[in-house]
Amino acid sequence: MNVFDIIGPIMIGPSSSHTAGAVRLGRVANKLMDGQTPARLDITLSGSFARTGRGHGTDRALLAGIMGYHSYSEEIRDALAIASGRGIDYRFIRRDIPDTHPNTARVEYVLPNGERGSVQGASIGGGNIRVDLVNDMKVDFNGDSHTLLVMHLDRPGVIASVTNLMRWEYSELNICNFHLSRERKGGNAIMTIEVDSRPPDSLIADIRRLENVTNALLIRRL
Amino acid sequence: MLKYESIREIADAAAEKGLRIGELVLHDQAEAMEQPEEELLGRMRENFAVMRQAVESGQNRDLRSMSGLTGGEAYLMKQYAARSEGGLCGSFLAGAVVRALAVAGTNAAMGRIVAAPTAGSCGILPGCLVSLYEDRGVDERTILLSMFTAGAFGMVIAAKAGISGAQGGCQAECGSAAGMAAAALTEVMGGTPGQCADACAIAVACQLGLVCDPVAGLVEIPCIKRNVSGLMIAFSSADLALAGVAPKIPADECIDAMREVGGAMPVSLKETAGGGLAATPTGQKLREQVFGE
Repeated sequence: MNVFDIIGPIMIGPSSSHTAGAVRLGRVANKLMDGQTPARLDITLSGSFARTGRGHGTDRALLAGIMGYHSYSEEIRDALAIASGRGIDYRFIRRDIPDTHPNTARVEYVLPNGERGSVQGASIGGGNIRVDLVNDMKVDFNGDSHTLLVMHLDRPGVIASVTNLMRWEYSELNICNFHLSRERKGGNAIMTIEVDSRPPDSLIADIRRLENVTNALLIRRL
Repeated sequence: MLKYESIREIADAAAEKGLRIGELVLHDQAEAMEQPEEELLGRMRENFAVMRQAVESGQNRDLRSMSGLTGGEAYLMKQYAARSEGGLCGSFLAGAVVRALAVAGTNAAMGRIVAAPTAGSCGILPGCLVSLYEDRGVDERTILLSMFTAGAFGMVIAAKAGISGAQGGCQAECGSAAGMAAAALTEVMGGTPGQCADACAIAVACQLGLVCDPVAGLVEIPCIKRNVSGLMIAFSSADLALAGVAPKIPADECIDAMREVGGAMPVSLKETAGGGLAATPTGQKLREQVFGE
């Protein structure tokens, strides 16, 4: 913790958990889509997000994050109109997702080329988030560390090629947490790799070039 | 390096080196974050600029919260202060009240604010410090340094007791903000590090037990007005400390008591909108007005 965790962050109100945290959850989806504008969004608000989200602007905040805005962007207030203006067909579903944190949201997107994806996570207080599912595969990170998500095919040697790249080309990086999850043997899989220091942007491009890697993204520490 | 585990540690270290707490904390944070002091001061200047913008925008007569339950409080208070020569509080304090209302109202209306330490309590520190800057002519650097003092005391409170309403009730949000602001005010007015600690102790002690009971779960009722009461307690606590009216219980023990009281508070009074004002007939009616049955 440092002094700017207390005097800060600069954010759009009214609630660090229901507004700022919701923007950050939306931004995870934005990164998954590689910053593209989706054609269609189904956004499920669960628990307290469903019940008090409207008064906290949780819907606007999620949408703003999905469009790539930050928790300090004044555009959050007008996010519904901005999304419509961009031709995004969005809908909000208020439904409790069983066995989840009280402030949980799920974003399902369809890109203009028909590609689909999803993120499910929770805002766990003070603007901090925890991501639970990416493309319905279990991930578990809270944004306290810089986190790499590597989507890949479940083949022998993929983990080694990623960690070897980090070892030999980015030797200052130290992995503090590693989690692997897959749909089924030989199917889609996701590595969640948390690192102590902020990786250079080139790391993501380098990982994306590796064989059997389908996508990689970096979610920076809060 | 400072550990930020006790107010006493910080105040003693500053007194020993003959520094203001803000100066000591700036040196220490620059070292801990491996960044030049000027850069940290620049970041704090940016925070202060956002606070001043929120003070401005929040005085708009037409400002309304997202729910429509609140809005325009700062405008009404400003009009009243102008026609009554500051009302009962006098123009300086009335101006500070207007600023706290403006920032808390900006937060409720989805405007840009600086969490200090939280969004719900974001009006207290700017209400105090922007008033000294604009109405008492205090230079910006002194204000910025005092924000490092406030931040350091906030770090101690966060570590010892927590600063979220869900964890400790409103005492943890507005109580912490008032303790931080009281220390900053005391430092700006030339108080010693020990007096800064005293001011924090008095402010925290005066809000022990304050519950978090927001109507409809929204950061509006009573949060906006509690920013004003927190601000008043910050000013009175700073004045008491500067006058030499020492607290009988030291700051660190007041913060320990805050943690204990927060732990003993029922969940219904910790940001769940299950008790207190939220559970009153009118509170329930207002909730239905916003969210339906």
